[in-house]
Amino acid sequence: MKRNLILGGLLSALFVLAALISFAWTPYDHTALDIPNKLKTPYAEHLLGTDHFGRDLLSMIMVGARTSIAVALVAVGIGMGLGVPLGLWAAARSGSLVDEVIMRGNDLVFAFPSLVIAILITAIFGAGAVNAIIAIGIFNIPVFARITRGAALSLWQREFILAARVAGKNAARISVEHILPNVTNLLIVQGTIQFSLGILAEAGLSYVGLGAQPPTPSWGRMLADAQTLVSIAPHMALVPGFAIILTVLGLNLMGDGLRDYLDPRLRVART
Amino acid sequence: MTLLSIENLSLSIHQFDILHDVTLSIAAGEIVAVTGESGSGKSMTALATMQLLPKGAHTTGRIVLGDREITALDETTLCTMRGNDMGMVFQEPMTALNPVQTIGAQVAETIRIHDRTITRAEALDRAAETLTRVGLPQDRFPLGRYPHELSGGQRQRVVIAMAIALQPRLLIADEPTTALDVTTQAQILDLLKRLAKEDDMGLLMITHDLAVVADMADRIVVMRNGKIVEQGETGHLLRHMQHPYTKMLFEASGHRVNLPAAPAPAPLMRVERVIRDYRLPRTSVFGAPGSFRAVDDVSFTIQRGERLGLVGESGCGKSTLTRALLGLEQVQGGSITLDGEPVFTGTRPNLAVRRKMQVVFQDPFGSFNPRHRVDRLITEPFHLLPDPPSGAARTRAIDEALLAVGLTPRDATKYIHEFSGGQRQRIAIARALIIRPDLILFDEAVSALDVSVRAQILDLLADLCGAYDLTYLFISHDLSVVRTVTDRVLVMKSGKIVEEGLTKDVFERPQHHYTKTLIDAAPILPDIGVPA
Repeated sequence: MKRNLILGGLLSALFVLAALISFAWTPYDHTALDIPNKLKTPYAEHLLGTDHFGRDLLSMIMVGARTSIAVALVAVGIGMGLGVPLGLWAAARSGSLVDEVIMRGNDLVFAFPSLVIAILITAIFGAGAVNAIIAIGIFNIPVFARITRGAALSLWQREFILAARVAGKNAARISVEHILPNVTNLLIVQGTIQFSLGILAEAGLSYVGLGAQPPTPSWGRMLADAQTLVSIAPHMALVPGFAIILTVLGLNLMGDGLRDYLDPRLRVART
Repeated sequence: MTLLSIENLSLSIHQFDILHDVTLSIAAGEIVAVTGESGSGKSMTALATMQLLPKGAHTTGRIVLGDREITALDETTLCTMRGNDMGMVFQEPMTALNPVQTIGAQVAETIRIHDRTITRAEALDRAAETLTRVGLPQDRFPLGRYPHELSGGQRQRVVIAMAIALQPRLLIADEPTTALDVTTQAQILDLLKRLAKEDDMGLLMITHDLAVVADMADRIVVMRNGKIVEQGETGHLLRHMQHPYTKMLFEASGHRVNLPAAPAPAPLMRVERVIRDYRLPRTSVFGAPGSFRAVDDVSFTIQRGERLGLVGESGCGKSTLTRALLGLEQVQGGSITLDGEPVFTGTRPNLAVRRKMQVVFQDPFGSFNPRHRVDRLITEPFHLLPDPPSGAARTRAIDEALLAVGLTPRDATKYIHEFSGGQRQRIAIARALIIRPDLILFDEAVSALDVSVRAQILDLLADLCGAYDLTYLFISHDLSVVRTVTDRVLVMKSGKIVEEGLTKDVFERPQHHYTKTLIDAAPILPDIGVPA
């Protein structure tokens, strides 16, 4: 159990670190072209090789991590920031008009394939990282609202909530003091999953050219660039591909590990 | 003739010892009751007999049913024996039945699994026969009924029908009546007794309720921490208890407390003609939803310093009434006032009145937020005070409340999962006491506890009555407990108070026929010469 947390944490930390370091230093300028050294497989001077313009892949991955993490983080932030309060509100007033409106609104968003809507938004407002963030963020709201409401509903039936009501606390206060701490487990796990889905979605949007625009590097566009050259330079696809896989895996492992670690009941059972 | 013999059975699960050296036997037609408190290993003994043990279990010793040694058999052979040679009845009739299958199909399934040659129609015929035997005649309970259309007691009859459909030689019943009301319990116990006699079936009965044990078992086995501490023929064992644990168990079951005398009557809470309706779900899109009257025209008064009891079976409206008294829900008619002030004003509860009331719930595991420490948990009612104590005054209040319920101030920084059920119930009482309320409601507050722990909590209540001049309403289905901790008692049935009077009078000379049924149905602990 602890192994997951450590492995996941290390993998995630690696990419966060890469993104942070890229602000101060990268092996090469990620936009510098070096045509004579194009399509080089990894060797001592270019640790991960170069692309078809001779740009250093390691530098591009590092700067690309910045884009991916920023997009996913803000998107999850939007989803949690709006979805969790909506879910808590719906649960506190379950069965009322408020609940009905929130949940049917959720259904409405769920009814559309998320990537298609994201493409629509970027098509209307123009391609770019900010629009990608908004598009991915909107689809995170119902996910968090649902999961929060579901967990909160069963918590509202518990006797400790009744005890809090006897202590005169109102629904808002109970939601924050009693419901929220007890759904954090779920939110953390779902948060890391949505975070990794956000990274995938950003890569997907960039892949079709609707995400971050050149020259800002992005893992998804690196994959798209590698597509036509995959037979002569497979490393160009493998490098961003592995970056995506390892980040997503790391985040999922970390989510699982965190859930176990954060639960006080499980913590005692272990020690 | 010995039907089942368990010899030197020891069981461990993942190196954790569960049973040590358990030896017992059952003859055909004999009823053997295994009793003990939670964690004594009584259910594991039953599961070991069925060989339905959890993963990682390791057993030594022998279990012999008839002439076959069960411990040596493989899973395939065991499957043919389960249901055929031995049947089992579980505690919770709600979950032991498949909600999407008819009762006929479920009983017939047991028959068809063991006899492939039988046709579906024949199996259903036999199912109908079996259901009639357990008291569900076909004219009133056809095979096509679903479990949700039956009451708890009727469901338990279906579970019993499934267990005895193939007339097994051994029937194991694990707490078969614990989830049922007293009047239903009496009927189910009679049914089990009758079936054991008719089919000459051995009955291994697992129960924590000593009154039930004494009432129906031929022999008693008392277990504690995975060991048998005492066993013997019922009458003999009751008269000549050897082991101190057995004596303690029986004493605790009939535990009586000495309440200090109640002060002169002065009304504290008045409940007048209260009505509480629930809206039922809509049955059609445009039709108005129906409603269900859970509390019907209830009136009573609680005097200051009085210990009032409220008894009734499940579904009688006890819990609904509790919520209404606490002002958690709006009532549809009548008034509830505490010290002359209504508990509910307009559309919201009256906090000035709420301050004077607290509640202790049944479930020691569900009534605390697992993520808060004890100090935060028990100071929750401070939220009601306009000027809650802080700093040293808060610490002092916490220490005092914890000491009052027999815990130590050091417990304040622990999490709730570090406490046992009895300790949690003490913490619940501490939470109720901390703002010195005028009235405390105990909603089945001791029902989930083991007898020895229950006795301690009841003693604590009696002590607190002396120290704090408590006024409380004690809501319970357990007549023996209500009898000892209350001065006056209300009997509730189908939302109405059917009888009201001094506890002693009501129990000794019940007037209403329902009260009489209730008192008659409750199994009585035999007088074993233990000073009350």
